[in-house]
Amino acid sequence: MTTLTRGPEAVKLPAPAPAVKRRGRWLTITLFVLPALVLFLLLVVAPILVAFYASVFRWNGFGGLPTNYIGFDNFTRLFGTEIFTRDLWHLLVLVVFSVCVQLPFSLAVALLLNQRIRGRALYRLVFFAPYVLSEVITGVLFSLILSPGTGMANQLLGVFGINSDWLADPDTVMPSLFLVMTWKYFGFHMMIYLAGRQNIPNELVEAAQIDGANSWKTFRHITLPLLGPTIRISVFLSVIYTIQLFDLVWILTQGGPAHSSETMAVTMFEYGFKRSQVGYASAISVVMFVLSLVFALVYQRFVMRRDLEGATTSIGGRT
Amino acid sequence: MTTLATRGHGKKPRPRRNTLPLHAVAWIVGAFILIPVLYAVLGGFKRNSELSENPFGLPTSWVTGNYTDVLASHSFWLQLWNSTFIAVSTTVLTVGVAALAGFVFARFAFRGREVLFTLFTAGLMFPFAVAILPIFVLLRTLGLLGNPLGVILVQAAFGLPLTIIILRGFFRSIPGEIEEAAIIDGCSPFGFFWRILLPMAKPAVATVSVLAIVGSWNNFMLPLVVFTEEANWTLPLGIQQFQGQYASDTARILAYLVLAMVPALGFYAVAERHLVGGLTAGATKG
Repeated sequence: MTTLTRGPEAVKLPAPAPAVKRRGRWLTITLFVLPALVLFLLLVVAPILVAFYASVFRWNGFGGLPTNYIGFDNFTRLFGTEIFTRDLWHLLVLVVFSVCVQLPFSLAVALLLNQRIRGRALYRLVFFAPYVLSEVITGVLFSLILSPGTGMANQLLGVFGINSDWLADPDTVMPSLFLVMTWKYFGFHMMIYLAGRQNIPNELVEAAQIDGANSWKTFRHITLPLLGPTIRISVFLSVIYTIQLFDLVWILTQGGPAHSSETMAVTMFEYGFKRSQVGYASAISVVMFVLSLVFALVYQRFVMRRDLEGATTSIGGRT
Repeated sequence: MTTLATRGHGKKPRPRRNTLPLHAVAWIVGAFILIPVLYAVLGGFKRNSELSENPFGLPTSWVTGNYTDVLASHSFWLQLWNSTFIAVSTTVLTVGVAALAGFVFARFAFRGREVLFTLFTAGLMFPFAVAILPIFVLLRTLGLLGNPLGVILVQAAFGLPLTIIILRGFFRSIPGEIEEAAIIDGCSPFGFFWRILLPMAKPAVATVSVLAIVGSWNNFMLPLVVFTEEANWTLPLGIQQFQGQYASDTARILAYLVLAMVPALGFYAVAERHLVGGLTAGATKG
């Protein structure tokens, strides 16, 4: 109705034969959505459903769909083994380290680069660069650096009398893995924090400083609370990523020595592709999926709820 | 005027006093990032014996053989080509298919739209590792193991959720008046999409393309299970195999690593803005 006031052209709009237009509209909708939908259903949704289905069978992955139904045996077997509790423990250790060490470190560096220091554009470029290198490049590079003989780490730390076979010693393998993760990923979190920090109007920070707040108080009462949504998302991504962690571990240690750095994805890969216990490996996948999902739902329900209501960030600042 | 003056006054002395510790921290972090890379670059110019005696300093004599051997090897270029081919194909497929769907989700009102869109967004929550076993079985059934198409299709499918979300958001922001004008001028929906919407959405298309390229370029798990023959290997597979093959020849592996970093870092230098923009947007959306 409002279009009537716009001018003579607008009046013509609804005129052409509505029945034809309608059919054309549905044809467009179908043709445009179908390719994406087929690809997505066939290669994302169906495989995940199949993983659920296969998890209740004893199956080596061959001969069509599995037939040897064994109920929840795969799961009881999984929960009964030490490997599973160990994987969970590794997940927990990495999550705690990431959230308590890596993310605060990223935040500190982000706030540092938010200051007017010379060369900060270059610093940003450099700090983010490892994120672009594949996990394989990162993994191989650090497996050489951490190797006992020629590795740089021992030669550097040898000055302080520290010497270890970092990736082959169960005591040092997790800290080493965490160090490599930090090298690769802190720049990513730093960038998220920088983007979040730049959404905070500088007037607020300046106002606090004019009111006499020192840097710590400004951070504690202005910057940190306003960065809340960004921090919560960064924690979320970090945990979800850690649940599926595979490439880095596979390259650095293959889960060893003696399973001491094994993640669930590595265990799943080991059983699924090396030992052809596809049913059992599917059960591990399902547990990974449920862990991610439960974490996501609980986190969004209780931690991110406030943020999601007002979330409007998108490319170009519009939604 | 007065506010400007006080602002300038309050600000100027502060950074001058503070920059030294700030720079110190930035330098330490920078060293943490750069030393491993420099170690690799310089190490590639050393002999293995020198690597263990003199890991940090400049090479006593610059050995170029490690680099030139890799550059002269057929397999390195083949892997580079395979990675490029797969990344470009994945990107074209992902962005093309996602743009069509994003267009409909953004500009058409129809029953079931939100349900469908939510289905795609839920895809963000599906870890790739969960699906890898059934995907492997499926690709084997379809005869796509050892076929680049197997990797391309799967990567595209998993890239769809984020791409559709970002593109839909951008398509929505383009004013309806432009669409009305185009339709009055006799544009079909596809004509509007192809000739007006896509060109207008160039920044968003660039961003999702960069994300897709980087994602494909770095993918390891999927090519690892799909490709068994050396002729198909992508760079990450090649590096892993190379390390296994030349385990004791550290200098040569370092040279290989450095050369494999070059395309990624070069691409990053060119596309940095889009990558960072996409990741921060993707992160806040995810």
